[in-house]
Amino acid sequence: MDWSWFIGRFSAEYLPSDPATIGAAIGMPLGIIAVLAAITYFKKWSYLWNEWITTVDAKKIGIMYMGIAILMLLRGGADALMLRAQTAVAPSGVELFDTDTFQQVFTAHGSIMIFFVAMGAMFGLINIALPLLLGARDVAYPFLNSVSFWLFFAGMVIINISLVVGGFSNGGWLGYPPLTGLEYNPGPGVDYWIWALQISGIGSLLSGINFTVTILKHRAPGMTLMKMPIFAWSVLVSMVLVMLAFPVLTATLAMLSLDRLADMHFFTSDGGGNPMLYVNLIWAWGHPEVYILILPAFGIFSEVIATFARKKIFGYVTMVAALLAIMFLSFVVWQHHFFTMGAGANVNAFFGIMTMIIAIPTGVKLFNWIFTLYKGNIRFTAPMIWFMCFAFSFTIGGVTGVLMAVPALDFQVHNTMFLVAHFHNVIIGGVLFGFFAGIYYWWPKVFGFRLHDASGKLAAYLWLGGFILAFMPLYVLGLMGAVRRIDTYSDPTWQPLFIVSAIGVGVIALGVVTMVLGAIYSIWKRKELADTDGDPWDGRTLEWSVPSPAPHYNFAITPQVTRRDEWWYQKKNGIKPPQKSDYVDIHLPKNTAAGVYIAIAAGLAGMGLIWHIWWLVAVALIGLIWIVLQRTFNDDTEYTLTAQQLYELDRKASL
Amino acid sequence: MKRLVRLSILPLAISGFIVLFWLLLKDVTIDVLQPTGQIAQEQRTLLIFTLALSALVVLPVFTLLSIFAYKYREGRGADYTPEQEGSYKLEALWWGIPIIIIFVLALITWSTSNSLDPYKKIESNNETVSVQVVALQWKWLFIYPDHGVASVNELPMPVDHPVHFKLAADAPMSAFWIPSLGSQVYSMNGMSSELNLIANKIGEYKGYNTNINGQGYAEMQFTARVTSHDEFERWVEQTRTSEETLTMNNYETLANPDTIEEPLFYRLGDTQLYDKILAKYMHSMPHTPDQPETHDHSMHQHGGH
Repeated sequence: MDWSWFIGRFSAEYLPSDPATIGAAIGMPLGIIAVLAAITYFKKWSYLWNEWITTVDAKKIGIMYMGIAILMLLRGGADALMLRAQTAVAPSGVELFDTDTFQQVFTAHGSIMIFFVAMGAMFGLINIALPLLLGARDVAYPFLNSVSFWLFFAGMVIINISLVVGGFSNGGWLGYPPLTGLEYNPGPGVDYWIWALQISGIGSLLSGINFTVTILKHRAPGMTLMKMPIFAWSVLVSMVLVMLAFPVLTATLAMLSLDRLADMHFFTSDGGGNPMLYVNLIWAWGHPEVYILILPAFGIFSEVIATFARKKIFGYVTMVAALLAIMFLSFVVWQHHFFTMGAGANVNAFFGIMTMIIAIPTGVKLFNWIFTLYKGNIRFTAPMIWFMCFAFSFTIGGVTGVLMAVPALDFQVHNTMFLVAHFHNVIIGGVLFGFFAGIYYWWPKVFGFRLHDASGKLAAYLWLGGFILAFMPLYVLGLMGAVRRIDTYSDPTWQPLFIVSAIGVGVIALGVVTMVLGAIYSIWKRKELADTDGDPWDGRTLEWSVPSPAPHYNFAITPQVTRRDEWWYQKKNGIKPPQKSDYVDIHLPKNTAAGVYIAIAAGLAGMGLIWHIWWLVAVALIGLIWIVLQRTFNDDTEYTLTAQQLYELDRKASL
Repeated sequence: MKRLVRLSILPLAISGFIVLFWLLLKDVTIDVLQPTGQIAQEQRTLLIFTLALSALVVLPVFTLLSIFAYKYREGRGADYTPEQEGSYKLEALWWGIPIIIIFVLALITWSTSNSLDPYKKIESNNETVSVQVVALQWKWLFIYPDHGVASVNELPMPVDHPVHFKLAADAPMSAFWIPSLGSQVYSMNGMSSELNLIANKIGEYKGYNTNINGQGYAEMQFTARVTSHDEFERWVEQTRTSEETLTMNNYETLANPDTIEEPLFYRLGDTQLYDKILAKYMHSMPHTPDQPETHDHSMHQHGGH
């Protein structure tokens, strides 16, 4: 009997066959079963369902984003170790993995690190911090926030299923056709890549809308745009970029999947299509994406530096101007990713010059941070150490970026290990270090205790040292002729540099272990590290005015803002304890499972499209529409917390 | 004592890294920095100049950051001005100086984008050699249409003669790069890109594919063999009399996806071979052009040269 109507193109040949994937294929489900069994054994299902899965509280959604991001950092990090282990031993004739596995691993490494680590950590930190910094009770659309997170989660599940069934794309993290087209890649790998990105990307777009509206409409009374913390400005700019760029990604991936599913010819060289169109489109999203990630990290540093230097941020207005300049410029530089595709000299020169102009506002921000330290009273806590490491690494990444912005130079380093070193320089040294600073900075606000500081500093040093060992050799290797994405090479003089690079990745792994152990130690010692008054760093902005962990309603009484760094000056001028009459009834969103159901439907539709199981696609999409409609017609989505209840809750939380 | 240990960590770490990288680099050849062709030579000069220009910003950043971080740390009793908001003079300085630096760099970018444009013919008293390059899965086919020969994975070039490359792919997008000679360019199917290089020193230089195009990508390397003009002519004569003839028929066998160990040499049996390979990707165009040349690289603007 022919089951293909039921299972699509799935067959036994897509089950794992080599030892590494069989290991993962057995280990991963066992791990999941163990976790599920533990939840059942400890009777935590209802807690998990009521407190987490159905939650619409931005802080809890933020914590879940962070959890997934950290989990995926471990997965992507393991991928990195595999890649550099292979290149370290390659000339000795040892092949740890076959080429196909190697290519899947670097594709997975890039896709996971960008979409599920960097984006996940970014949305996590924004969820945790942004409403509190704005003096808002929640994001503008709490339910949409839950949908965003669960779509992100569904994308993450899809990318990890590929490890077990069917394999992943081998076309690099941006999957240029024709390599990712039907002709060269008919299997499900590329479809896994497309649908994991597509589903989580729609979640990102919804988040972009959500946070933009939150910033524009939900600021505390008195907080004009120019009184917002710099972090809020940087998130605003980043989210505007999300709204402009992510539709391009969605459309591009949709066209690529139409090429693959319906044999259309958007990006094939025959049938009137053009692969160069894809390269342009994917980078029209891809370049703003880099700024989408780095700007919130810049915002975090702005808050961290002002807090720990105990000083106003230097040059607030120019900081905002620089952010806006970067916002505009980030859309007119995409062609610098393919100077070597044969555009004319003047086109190349235009995009090259636009690219280096971005260095100006970026440099301005760096100088403003440095001069915030000038005549400050600096406490070197873990977040500050992450800033110092960032300043070093990001500056070097900036210089190599300017080098590559000169088209005539790019011709000699494009798509080599030099490029690999450059973007890790800015993404690890910029984005990740920024998010790590944010984790150490805001952790007490959501958990009620600080992270162990010394282990945080040690982790920063290990990351920086490991970074230098891992990537400085790659710069040199690129100039020696080592191109990116190679699993073997013939020149034995490259090997020592690749070995040092592998050791560097190992040192970074030690840094990750230090962070994880530090967090476990902090949980163990949470009594000693407790944040009793909600303001562990002597902070400046409104999130430190509420108790830690922040209550689900954020602010019992809506704060009135008169100036920048409102909380700092309230503390100076003496805080009036609130009267009972200050409390009013507030409306809060009810928990809902609709977000999870929507994501399950979207995920199943994605799996159906990957495996060509058309009945599943139909059922899932009908289900999805039905859930959305049902939610739309549900008017009972809020509940009221009376002034009396709020008063009692607030007194309990402040004790 | 403890303070001394702490203070010495950073200098020790820095010297450690310097010694390590000196040991790693003292015996290696860095193709991009040790060029053997005029284009790569100019690119190296440009690289060094741009780095020096960047240092004008980087050095103040590192210096100021280190000084301020050291001087204004907690408990040292240095000046503390929590209300300082900014300074228009200072901020104008770090808008202004980078603007000047980037302006200088922009001028250089504009001029070098034109002078080092891969499409620009290299001026020389010596005759230009034409080579048509086809990226295959996973080998490089070099066709010498004027000489009636072809080779795979070895690129013979006469020293001091400009070489004009036309590049296409019968494979996913690939890229052609000889780091010692300079400038890489993508090769794609159904269209021609161009590249002009010159080798000024006799020797053998590695060439690579820089864009992933499938399983054999890492092994898709070739050797640019730069010889005297006489020796190049001898090679051409020898190859023209070889028994292996390359036509569209055995080209299809050659184009099968696999890697090869040893270079191959052919007499060119079909001078239109390159155009036919290009045309393979145009069969279902709405208006099939008779002359593939008209479908030249559509992104390239021919203004300016």
